[in-house]
Amino acid sequence: MLKDIEKLMRVKRLPHIWCPGCGNGIVMKAMLEAINDKGLDPDKTVVVSGIGCSSRATGYMNFDTLHTMHGRALAFATGVKLAKPELNVFVVTGDGDGSAIGGNHFIHAARRNIDLNVIMFNNNIYGMTGGQYSPLTPQGRFATTAPYGNLERPFDICKLAQGSGATYVGRSTVFHTKLLTDVIKAAIDNKGFSFVEAVSICPISYGRRNKLGAAPQMMKWLKENTVNVKAAEKLGAEKTAGKIIIGELYHEAGTLEYTELYDRLITRVEEGGR
Amino acid sequence: MKREKKVQLLQGNQACSIAAIDAGVRFYAGYPITPSTEIAEFMAEELPKVGGKFIQMEDEIAGMSAVLGAALTGTKVITATSGPGFSLKQEAIGFAAIAEIPCVIVDVQRMGPSTGGPTSVAQGDVMQARWGTHGDHPVFAFSPASVLESYELTIQAFNFSEKYRVPVVILLDEIVGHMRESVTLPDPDELTIVDRKRPTVSPADYAPYQPEQDGIPTMADFGTGYHWHVTGLVHGENGAATGNPEVIDRQLTRIFDKMEKYKDEVNLYKTQAADDAEYLLVSFGCTARSAAEAVAELRQMGIKAGLLQLQTIWPFPEKTISEYTTGKKCVIVPELNMGQVRGEIQKYIDKGIPLYGINKINGEPITPQEIINKVKEVAK
Repeated sequence: MLKDIEKLMRVKRLPHIWCPGCGNGIVMKAMLEAINDKGLDPDKTVVVSGIGCSSRATGYMNFDTLHTMHGRALAFATGVKLAKPELNVFVVTGDGDGSAIGGNHFIHAARRNIDLNVIMFNNNIYGMTGGQYSPLTPQGRFATTAPYGNLERPFDICKLAQGSGATYVGRSTVFHTKLLTDVIKAAIDNKGFSFVEAVSICPISYGRRNKLGAAPQMMKWLKENTVNVKAAEKLGAEKTAGKIIIGELYHEAGTLEYTELYDRLITRVEEGGR
Repeated sequence: MKREKKVQLLQGNQACSIAAIDAGVRFYAGYPITPSTEIAEFMAEELPKVGGKFIQMEDEIAGMSAVLGAALTGTKVITATSGPGFSLKQEAIGFAAIAEIPCVIVDVQRMGPSTGGPTSVAQGDVMQARWGTHGDHPVFAFSPASVLESYELTIQAFNFSEKYRVPVVILLDEIVGHMRESVTLPDPDELTIVDRKRPTVSPADYAPYQPEQDGIPTMADFGTGYHWHVTGLVHGENGAATGNPEVIDRQLTRIFDKMEKYKDEVNLYKTQAADDAEYLLVSFGCTARSAAEAVAELRQMGIKAGLLQLQTIWPFPEKTISEYTTGKKCVIVPELNMGQVRGEIQKYIDKGIPLYGINKINGEPITPQEIINKVKEVAK
């Protein structure tokens, strides 16, 4: 198994740049495991990322990889996928990259239902720049730019994806690795815009400032503060308030995907129609 | 693609669009903006007919980003915009420069700054085309003065972009972009079309940023098994980000030097009565049309005026400037900005030759009469 994963990595580029205790490596491995399990052809797989800690993952993955500009991974990926629809296109982004500077591209890529598999590494903070609050930093948490506590309300990024038109939405955490791989596999299966929120941990730039402990304590917190979506349905909203709901949150089958629609358009135009 | 040679009434924006498809463009991503929108509309209509793709993105940045993504799959790409949109695209143009992704950006210039005058002509983006994105980088820019030149320079733009892996800007302006002229376009089958070099080595031996003899690396299409890494970070020959000053120096200098190294080959210009002229006009784009008219009238009056019309704006044609300005009584540069091209000429002209500008930024073109008046004034 590990050998199979290694083949999908640029092992020579290791060690990675991530801090001790960072969750990013776990998410990257879940992605590679899902790609391996689904038997995707590495020659026909492209991974696109933006800027930030999570987006450095493309450097370590052995495919055609594209490390773009801050916030723009989805726009680049849209170009890759539309120009060559036979490619399996993944997007790696962070909470800042994908929901702040890239927020506009996020809602529009979802709206188009273009076949991209988007994995958002959510560590609730801008890690690369040293710990500024993001649109996914919970209210009241501390950041270098929220020294008195964050006043802003965070997005529920999965609800935003669904509301924008994503046809698959799943969430897991770096503690729930089996589930994380499973939701990414389901995202791959969905022909359309698929979104996976991978709740990660950043002990250095988020955990320390918020007195959440080191990596093991943060992992424990994830374990204790998550509820599987199936259990959550039975428990009801009151009992799950403040908890992270994980699992397959939304799946809309049968909606036509954008590049498929475009190919049909070409056929129609070539036949002389409008 | 065969085309019957016949006279057509075409707009500059249309001629540019037709040339793009003739050059092999099969992907357009952009955002509507006056006075460039006709290009997007043309592409939306025509690209599917040749199996190509058009997408209207959510903003200008996304348009530029999407064309770069598409270009990496081996597709020829174009996007079109105007001043405000050109500003927004700048970061991605820098990405194209450092990652060496062939692409063509049409900037149909309008009055600025900011929203300025959407339907008013200007030539104020000369410096933005060169230095709009941060850091030292290469970019080529061409400025057509007629509908036919819009076609011809667009073909050239693609050839140079593919050959040298440099982002190329077509500096159209509202007048040339929107005006209609009768033109006879060439048969696309007779054109020389250049495609980027693809690797001939096996994926195991491929170093994506290892230059060949000509200083340009080969470029693998995404999806063909080469598994290469593209990044906006400074990178070494293997494509990986690096902090090694020696490697950075070697790579960034090679990329920047494309301006110097290939400037003669990409230098395109036209002249009118320039050789024996005493008063030389240097102009470009729509203003070169007024200058040409002025030269014809001045000659009839017995005043020895001539015109050097720059088609290549960047890399700046310094040798051509020195060659044509040497020995002139004076040089006059009419342009619809406050002297962006004149400032460049100042660097390369013999310091003893008086250099004047005719400048206008109120959205009106410079008329032949205004140029004639200026020449007469300095000729006294």
